Amino acid sequence: MKKNVRIVINGAEHRAEVEPRLLLVHFLREVAGLTGTHIGCETSLCGACTVLLDGMAVKSCTVLAVQADGRSITTIEGLAASENLHPIQEAFWEEHGLQCGYCTPGMILCAHDLLQQNASPSEQEIRDGIGGNLCRCTGYQHIVNAVKAASRKMNQRQRAAARAAD
Amino acid sequence: MAEYKWPAPAERTLIGKRISRVDGAVKVSGHAKYSYDYNPKGLLFGKVLRCPHAHARVTSIDTSAAEKMAGIKAVQIVQKPGTEVLWQGDDIVAVAAVDEPTAEDAIRAIQVKYEVLPHNVSDAEPPAGAGEGPAGPMTEDDLENALGNQVPDAQVISDLQKRGVTFQVTDDMTKELKGYGVSDAVINALKAAAYHPEAASQPRSPYQKMAAQTQGDPDKGFASAEVTSEGVYGAPVITHCCLETHGSAAEWPSSDHLLVHCSTQGVSGLPDQYAQALKIPAGNVRAHQDHIGGGFGSKFSPDRWGIATAQLSKSAGGKPVKYMLERDSELMTAGARPSAYARVKVAAKGDGTLVAWQSDSWGTGGPAGAGSPPLPYVFEIPNQRKQHTAVRTNQGPARAWRAPNHPQAAVITMCALDDLAHKLNMDPVEFFAKNLDMTGPRAPIYKEELPLAAELMGWKQKWHPRGDKSEGPIKRGVGLSMHTWGGRGHASNCLLSIHPDGSVDIKMGSQDLGTGTRTAILIVAADSLGIPMNAITLNIGDTMYPPDGGSGGSTTIGGVSSSTRRAALMALDQLFAKVAPALKAQPADLEARDGTVRVKSEPSRSLSWKQACAKLGAMPLSVTGKNPGPGNLINSGVGGVGMADVSVDTETGIVKVNKMVAVQDCGLVINLKTAESQCYGALIMGISYALYEEKVLDPVTGRMLNPNMEFYRLAGLRDIPELMVHMMTDPLNENRGVIGLGEPPVISPGAAISNAVANAIGVRVPFLPLTPDRVLAALEQQQKAGA
Ligand code: FES
Ligand code: FES
Repeated sequence: MKKNVRIVINGAEHRAEVEPRLLLVHFLREVAGLTGTHIGCETSLCGACTVLLDGMAVKSCTVLAVQADGRSITTIEGLAASENLHPIQEAFWEEHGLQCGYCTPGMILCAHDLLQQNASPSEQEIRDGIGGNLCRCTGYQHIVNAVKAASRKMNQRQRAAARAAD
Repeated sequence: MAEYKWPAPAERTLIGKRISRVDGAVKVSGHAKYSYDYNPKGLLFGKVLRCPHAHARVTSIDTSAAEKMAGIKAVQIVQKPGTEVLWQGDDIVAVAAVDEPTAEDAIRAIQVKYEVLPHNVSDAEPPAGAGEGPAGPMTEDDLENALGNQVPDAQVISDLQKRGVTFQVTDDMTKELKGYGVSDAVINALKAAAYHPEAASQPRSPYQKMAAQTQGDPDKGFASAEVTSEGVYGAPVITHCCLETHGSAAEWPSSDHLLVHCSTQGVSGLPDQYAQALKIPAGNVRAHQDHIGGGFGSKFSPDRWGIATAQLSKSAGGKPVKYMLERDSELMTAGARPSAYARVKVAAKGDGTLVAWQSDSWGTGGPAGAGSPPLPYVFEIPNQRKQHTAVRTNQGPARAWRAPNHPQAAVITMCALDDLAHKLNMDPVEFFAKNLDMTGPRAPIYKEELPLAAELMGWKQKWHPRGDKSEGPIKRGVGLSMHTWGGRGHASNCLLSIHPDGSVDIKMGSQDLGTGTRTAILIVAADSLGIPMNAITLNIGDTMYPPDGGSGGSTTIGGVSSSTRRAALMALDQLFAKVAPALKAQPADLEARDGTVRVKSEPSRSLSWKQACAKLGAMPLSVTGKNPGPGNLINSGVGGVGMADVSVDTETGIVKVNKMVAVQDCGLVINLKTAESQCYGALIMGISYALYEEKVLDPVTGRMLNPNMEFYRLAGLRDIPELMVHMMTDPLNENRGVIGLGEPPVISPGAAISNAVANAIGVRVPFLPLTPDRVLAALEQQQKAGA
């Protein structure tokens, strides 16, 4: 029995009739055509499929599309406001926080959640905060460096914005 | 004519610097397309029914119910009734459906009956006398395994001559092997090998003992030694566990033209493999890949499931069908690193000089055995006797895993040497240093690297004789290992065009595994042409471009950097000839720098790049730079040292790595940023296989017990210690030219960590991974021995 869902993805509304067993990750990739959300393990263990559900990082292979009905999703394609990159994206690029890049969208969105909760995480807090995301290539050190750099960038920009507002 | 060499250090604008990867923006923004992401309209989804038994014969297949289901567009039998299946998870039937759940429903509706046959998944030490007698003629699997595991040519040739083969050698087959870079000598031996068809159906012993190899006089060597150490060491079967699983999408734009998007380490090598299986000309196969989510040696073939995907598409009227492996199928079937274990006896004089080595090694590469680890590793000990026994099991097929056979050889050798150093009462760094002259041509490099690594580790402050005597349950220790690798650049073709409007493009059939191949090509081209990297358009990853070697064995950087350098220099030769009259100079007096073409001795006499290119007239100039080719741009053979500092909780058996050091040479570095990144990645991959990874099979059912990422554990963010990477970039190394780097730094971590654990707790944990149960078992044995 199919169900109607209405899911806002990166600000745009998507309506579809879906099977109740359809996973959110498949909805994003196959129905909405957003393939930046990757599939690594299908069982909630690798984090490649991480997206933001109402701002909170979730593994979209462990959420049903029907559970996201009426809610708002941010995928990697929608993280940056405009053509530019989000500071976390910039930092991953500059700090070389990726090789094959398959884990990268999930890492970045998980880091986003962490930095929302803790704007200046310590090295250990970063490792714990995004510790549920796996990478087979990079050795993680540069991912940690990237999150640190992103935190600095975001804090600086926030201070600059605050000064501008004064 | 240009001289084919690298620019002098002072003239390099990009080569050797830390350059951010050019594909960073598409990858961090989710716009990079992997094969998994290929998503055209009307895409059908494949699924595969897999054999649940480790060894069985298919007796019947009934697909009628599945075929009738709504939404099913094609059903393809992959292995017919009568076929013997040799590992759990092998492909039996494939289906294509309008969506994945429907395909899954269809799989459940297929009835397959099997005759279950006895299996063996154990690679435990062969019983005495096992595998004596003739090994029997080589099967196709035997050959594939030997070639895939870098068994030396001489050994393959002698096996072919002595044993013959069970299969008919066809022209297609030899052509295919040639395409993979198999040497003519091996191909000739294969053609000449005696054909024994009758042997194909004969039961074979699971043990295949290879000929013993002797050098010097081992008996005399051991007799003359003052200290001898004996032990058993090894590493189990592990998997590749790439984050993007294997798989492809296939479609038929016309009835005899195939288009595939395949997750592969070798784009140019795919058409021939599809063509043979599907009986169409290789020229009718187009393969494309933008990005790949990891390979590590496991992705060179379309595989059974890839061919099936193409067949499904054909049956479905040519519509695109995509099938990517599920994580469990991936871990069960898509590649296993062969295990290797050995009983070792090694001896030295009282001053630490190595005199003799003896090893009886064994290991499994699945159904066809495997190559043997190069023992003793790195050190050419003067007197040696060694013998290897390949164990045939139903473990699943072996595939090359980053630095095939070397990590295993490092564990066996470097742990044995560390135990010997302990018996000699020597600091392992001094002991290794004492014997460096036995490392052959790489000795001068090791002599620089070893003290440097020791310094970066703080070895002097940290090392203590075996067994941390400090209070409390947490014991700390350090360990080291050394390694070597070839890494000569593969065949490569770089088609470079300069257009009259000043634009430049490059086309190559190569692929970027994430190592930064795109970036490296652009660095070389831009540095050579004196224009910015973003002024060059680079196209790779398609069989429409000139063929390039597969990315395996650390061969890509040497291949693509040298062909690109040659192409750029050839292009400049032609460009200078056109520009020289305008500058009233000789072509040989010109150079391309800072976006201009100018007179070397008088840089103010110049044309902008655009003005210079306008002199080409109406036609672009196009050249193809090749590797191999003129000039000494590349080389082979690196060293490398790895060190580990660990803490072991002797109450829980948990090992924690505190610090890792990698000191690595790779000749001339093209991009320091991506080169270092290879080492960082290798260190964590090393920690992963040292502490966690093992393909665990149930001896009773023959099935894999951990086919998921929960129990097939990879090292995560919480496992990273302090990592120190040092690349050797001195003139001694740079003058050798470019050498590959992907494999070497992953070789030493396992042995270095094992040695650090032994240093910490005072006893050897013989086998990787160093799991708590193994650590506790070793401690218990030590206690018993002490009591
Ligand atoms: S695919 Fe969702 S966590 Fe791995
Ligand atoms: S960059 Fe390849 S998995 Fe993380």
